[in-house]
Amino acid sequence: MFHRLRTLTAGLAASTMLTSAVFAGELVINTDTSDPAPKAAFEALIAGFEAENPDVTVTWNLFDHEGYKTSIRNFLTADAPDVANWYAGNRMLPYVNAGLFEDVTDVWDENGLRESLASAEGSMTIDGKIWGVPYTYYQWGVYYRKDIFEANNISVPTNWEEFLAAGETLKAAGVTPITIGTKYLWTAGGVFDYLNLRTNGYEFHMALGRGEIPWTDDRVRATMANWNQLLEAGFFVENHAAYSWQEALAPMVQGDAAMYIMGNFAVAPLREAGLTDDQLGFFQFPEINPDVAMAEEAPTDTLHIPTNASNKEDARRFLAYLARADVQTQINETLGQLPINGASTVGDDKFLQAGYEMLSATDGGIAQFFDRDFPAEMAKSGMEGFQEFMVKPERLDAILDRLERVRLRVYQ
Amino acid sequence: MRAYWKKNQQSLAPWIFLAPGIFMFTVYVVIPIFQSMSISLYAWDGLGAKEYVGLSNYVELMDDEAFYTSLNNNVIWLVLYLLAIPAGLFAALFLNQTVRGIRLYKSLFFFPFVISQVVVGLVFSWFYDPNNGLLNIFLGAFGLDPIAVLANEDLVTYGIIAAGLWPQTAYCMILYLTGLNAVDPEQIEAARLDNAKGLKMLWYVVLPQLKPATFIAMVVTVIGALRSFDLIAIMTDGGPYGSSRVLAFYMYEQAFSEYGFRMGYGAAIAVVLFLIMMIYITAFLYKMYRDERGL
Repeated sequence: MFHRLRTLTAGLAASTMLTSAVFAGELVINTDTSDPAPKAAFEALIAGFEAENPDVTVTWNLFDHEGYKTSIRNFLTADAPDVANWYAGNRMLPYVNAGLFEDVTDVWDENGLRESLASAEGSMTIDGKIWGVPYTYYQWGVYYRKDIFEANNISVPTNWEEFLAAGETLKAAGVTPITIGTKYLWTAGGVFDYLNLRTNGYEFHMALGRGEIPWTDDRVRATMANWNQLLEAGFFVENHAAYSWQEALAPMVQGDAAMYIMGNFAVAPLREAGLTDDQLGFFQFPEINPDVAMAEEAPTDTLHIPTNASNKEDARRFLAYLARADVQTQINETLGQLPINGASTVGDDKFLQAGYEMLSATDGGIAQFFDRDFPAEMAKSGMEGFQEFMVKPERLDAILDRLERVRLRVYQ
Repeated sequence: MRAYWKKNQQSLAPWIFLAPGIFMFTVYVVIPIFQSMSISLYAWDGLGAKEYVGLSNYVELMDDEAFYTSLNNNVIWLVLYLLAIPAGLFAALFLNQTVRGIRLYKSLFFFPFVISQVVVGLVFSWFYDPNNGLLNIFLGAFGLDPIAVLANEDLVTYGIIAAGLWPQTAYCMILYLTGLNAVDPEQIEAARLDNAKGLKMLWYVVLPQLKPATFIAMVVTVIGALRSFDLIAIMTDGGPYGSSRVLAFYMYEQAFSEYGFRMGYGAAIAVVLFLIMMIYITAFLYKMYRDERGL
């Protein structure tokens, strides 16, 4: 019995030593793509890569979408994977500054990505170097109930007056114009982004994000004044601070609200809830200031190589594979989003086509979204301020003063 | 060596038994407390290098309105959470009967404590839902307008405390049920002979015998109120616009959350929370010490 115990412990020790060794040709990928469509897209992506590269076995660790945002800080330092997904712009800045992401400018140069992924090069560049490979982006805009608009003889608004008039007609018909759920704050950031981009333009918005403009500036007040017009006209659903964006879909599905300022990822759940393509439509957020070029929001999802990765060679091969036109076409078909690669084809879905046309024609600039264009702390305070403003517009001065104080501390 | 051991076995043995516990406690509780205090003197994003800033985190805390909101909410939590103790007492008194199936009812009353706080938070979120929640259907039956409890900056903390009282009452109830089992029947008999009934019996005879149970219930409730995190994170995520924050949640937001990269600042908030708790911990330890000494 004692003899058996000794062999048992010896066996255990040997097997633990084996598992801690990293085999060459093994690629570890961590992602947060836990929703059904992104999960399927990554399954196909990894299967395709393994088929073309039989010498590499991929271990895929799938994290829950929200939990990933805290886990990433741990696993980038301790036990780093070879590839991890994250977001472009200011979202990747803390990790780039801490030296946790690998500089992949060489992958871009060797594979001609500066030409094929040109539209996203700016958002991937910090300090003149490129830190990851983008694989998808999606448009933001106004998703609306076509049937409700038609029933009330409302045509798609193209400017601010038409937008306000459309809202009035909807209210008279007992429909709340815009549904929104601000419990998790970022949805209010989307509304601010569009109002600011339309009132003051892309350059101003980016300068505000860089901390170059005080929040008490008159131009910011102009944006908030436009927002106030919507609030006074009762455009938004009541009690939005108690709802997440998914819960805010319900009024639109039930016909109690007619518009949703959202990203294209809202289409899948709306379709699942039963809305057909005849009932659901998309239009570009209307123009407010005719002197300002129309800019759009198109957040970009990316893949990176952690600096502490063990198998960077195969990781680079994976990124090069990811950047290919055919691969990006395939991923984005499953995701229902738009490929970055200029040579990829866009899916046949009417919303994707509308988004693609809109974004290709955008000459005003493409923003990444409030919490990616603004540094983390500024973004948090900003979005909280917007939620408070939406519920208590009379507190505007106090809110802007507070945001200004945060700006002075955060941007040093 | 053996002689030394034989001579001092009585006084050494307890220390040897306690050694593993003391070791674990020191490594996992005491040292991290001092580490947190040290981190609060730095500005650190959790990823890169630390920068020594002295007490500037605390100075900034003094000017932070979110900090004062959190402090205020913590005080409200502390005071209102104590309602779980009398509520638990009355539930225990009610269930302390030998009716058929009373064990089933006791289990059902205890159930809220067993389920995860996250589940409690979710269920109460649905309860408070402005459109479909039970609360508003109930109010509607009386002809009142629906109240969005979790979206109203004045009511939200009370709404969350109500949700928290549900499991906490169950816990206090169990403590009291055990305490009631230990109540001396002879004293009850004697009191009955003296014509004591109902409330008088409760106050003068039963309650003094429940003192240990009350003491434990108080300790657990106070610490639970100061630690409350799950319910706020699930029900409102600190909202609306930060009005339901408490210190534990604010610390998490600043140090660990999606937009929080300020470890030093979060540690400063944690130290403040620790100092508040120390007041109670010291008071309780002192009381326990006096009880042990038989004073």
